[in-house]
Amino acid sequence: MLRVENLSVNYGAIKALKKVSFEVKQGEIVALIGGNGAGKTTTLNSISGILPIHEGKILFGDKDLTRIPPHEIVKLGICQVPEGRRVFANMSVLENLEMGGYSISDKKAVSEGIERAFTLFPRLKERMKQLAKTLSGGEQQMLAMGRALMSSPKLLLLDEPSMGLAPMLVEKIFEIVVEINRQGTTIMLVEQNANMALSIANRAYVLETGEVVLSGIAADLAQDPEVRKAYLGE
Amino acid sequence: MLLQQLINGVALGSTYALIALGYTMVYGIITLINFAHGEIFMAGAFVGLLAVSILKLNIFVAMLLAMVVSMSIGVVIELIAYRPLRRSSRLSALISAIGVSIFLSSLALMIFGADAKGFPSTAFPVRQIKVGEAEISSLQLLIIGISALLMMGLEFIVKKTKIGKAMRATSEDYNTAALMGINVNRVISFTFALGSALAAAGGVLVGVLFNAVSFNMGLMAGLKAFAAAVLGGIGSIPGAMLGGLMLGVTEVLGVAAGFSSYRDAIAFTILVLVLLVKPTGLLGRKIQKKV
Ligand SMILES: Nc1ncnc2c1ncn2[C@@H]1O[C@H](COP(=O)(O)OP(=O)(O)OP(=O)(O)O)[C@@H](O)[C@H]1O
Ligand SMILES: [Mg+2]
Repeated sequence: MLRVENLSVNYGAIKALKKVSFEVKQGEIVALIGGNGAGKTTTLNSISGILPIHEGKILFGDKDLTRIPPHEIVKLGICQVPEGRRVFANMSVLENLEMGGYSISDKKAVSEGIERAFTLFPRLKERMKQLAKTLSGGEQQMLAMGRALMSSPKLLLLDEPSMGLAPMLVEKIFEIVVEINRQGTTIMLVEQNANMALSIANRAYVLETGEVVLSGIAADLAQDPEVRKAYLGE
Repeated sequence: MLLQQLINGVALGSTYALIALGYTMVYGIITLINFAHGEIFMAGAFVGLLAVSILKLNIFVAMLLAMVVSMSIGVVIELIAYRPLRRSSRLSALISAIGVSIFLSSLALMIFGADAKGFPSTAFPVRQIKVGEAEISSLQLLIIGISALLMMGLEFIVKKTKIGKAMRATSEDYNTAALMGINVNRVISFTFALGSALAAAGGVLVGVLFNAVSFNMGLMAGLKAFAAAVLGGIGSIPGAMLGGLMLGVTEVLGVAAGFSSYRDAIAFTILVLVLLVKPTGLLGRKIQKKV
């Protein structure tokens, strides 16, 4: 479904990604794990088209995404839940969801999408008129996910959904990620919380200073002594 | 008489508010002070003048025409002078804006000459209407009425329409707006169109009010409106409205209190004070860092 080949991205002189290659197949949950500054966010933002790419290819189906503007990429079926949630703070919950459905011109489809988001996250329905900035961290994460799902993406990119959340909430969010996947959305999950990510992913890639250093079946990686040492705190 | 000064101040302030809105909306989205905005206002005034004096159009139709022409000018300026610099430093875009501003006022000087031109006296019949002790002219009423109407229209667009909501989303978080499927370039063009149309309406109203349209009218009006936008909180739409009105009233009161030779200095004194005391202005939000 998504194939990234030899992707390199620079910020000025900083080489954030060095010939990164990976693949996400239809229906999978693929985790991309790595420490601070490894290049995880950079990878997702390159796929979403908001960063200029230095070299390499990003193929979605047989379409090359590297010169396609971000809003077109959403139309093709890739949507991202950005790191730190990034809800539109001074807009209401409902308006945030509407923005997620911006690429849909059919009004009825938008209101169906909103209903779906409310079914998945009933908390959002109770707060639909509230400004997003008045939500708790967990609620904001739900809103960010609901918002991204509005465009009915084929591939959902999640950037550190567990960031800054209490363990109970993290568990809840991951359950929902699995549920979204079960309903047919392919997922690429970026996490520092490797333990959680590996527990729900089918496959995983480990990124270190801009390079893929390990990859494989998630369950195997979770047993790998090096991974356990570097990312699972052993 | 206070009521009279308030009426005069609100009328003048409405025109500042119309111009200030363009500064604030553009800044809100691409954090650029559009230095050419005053010249868009000037262009609107000239289009209105030509439409009334040569095409013999009535003032309302002339204003609509001015709004449409300025809208296109604003959109084209963004397209050729700012968009190519989007990924460059803030300073490059600012210099480009100053260049466009000088270019447009020089162009107007070449075409229309240095003398201020007036609207024909038939453009809008001026009558005085008694309001208690004070008087309001039909012209002031027109200015206040049109400004109020335009601002309500803007409020509706920004609050209720899809593109207006996209404007707010983009101004809150440019990258995330793009990630949600919003075509941010379209939103930016739309923002320039809106701001320029309001400035053009302001230009026609100011041209009729002072009965003078000249190549350099955009400079002072632009700077004052910018001060108004900063006073209200740059980036905030209600702030620009409030800032414009407050500046107009302050200016008129200042003149009435005997500071008429400092008329233009009032705006800049306010600007400096705001920047010193409360840089986010009256209604401005703390500027979030956009990563
Ligand atoms: N806008 C930027 N300008 C310059 N350098 C940047 C920028 N964004 C990221 N970098 C650098 O690129 C590298 C990769 O950053 P990235 O944000 O992709 O890491 P990450 O894996 O998402 O980290 P984290 O887990 O902390 O979010 C880092 O060295 C970072 O300092
Ligand atoms: Mg990151």
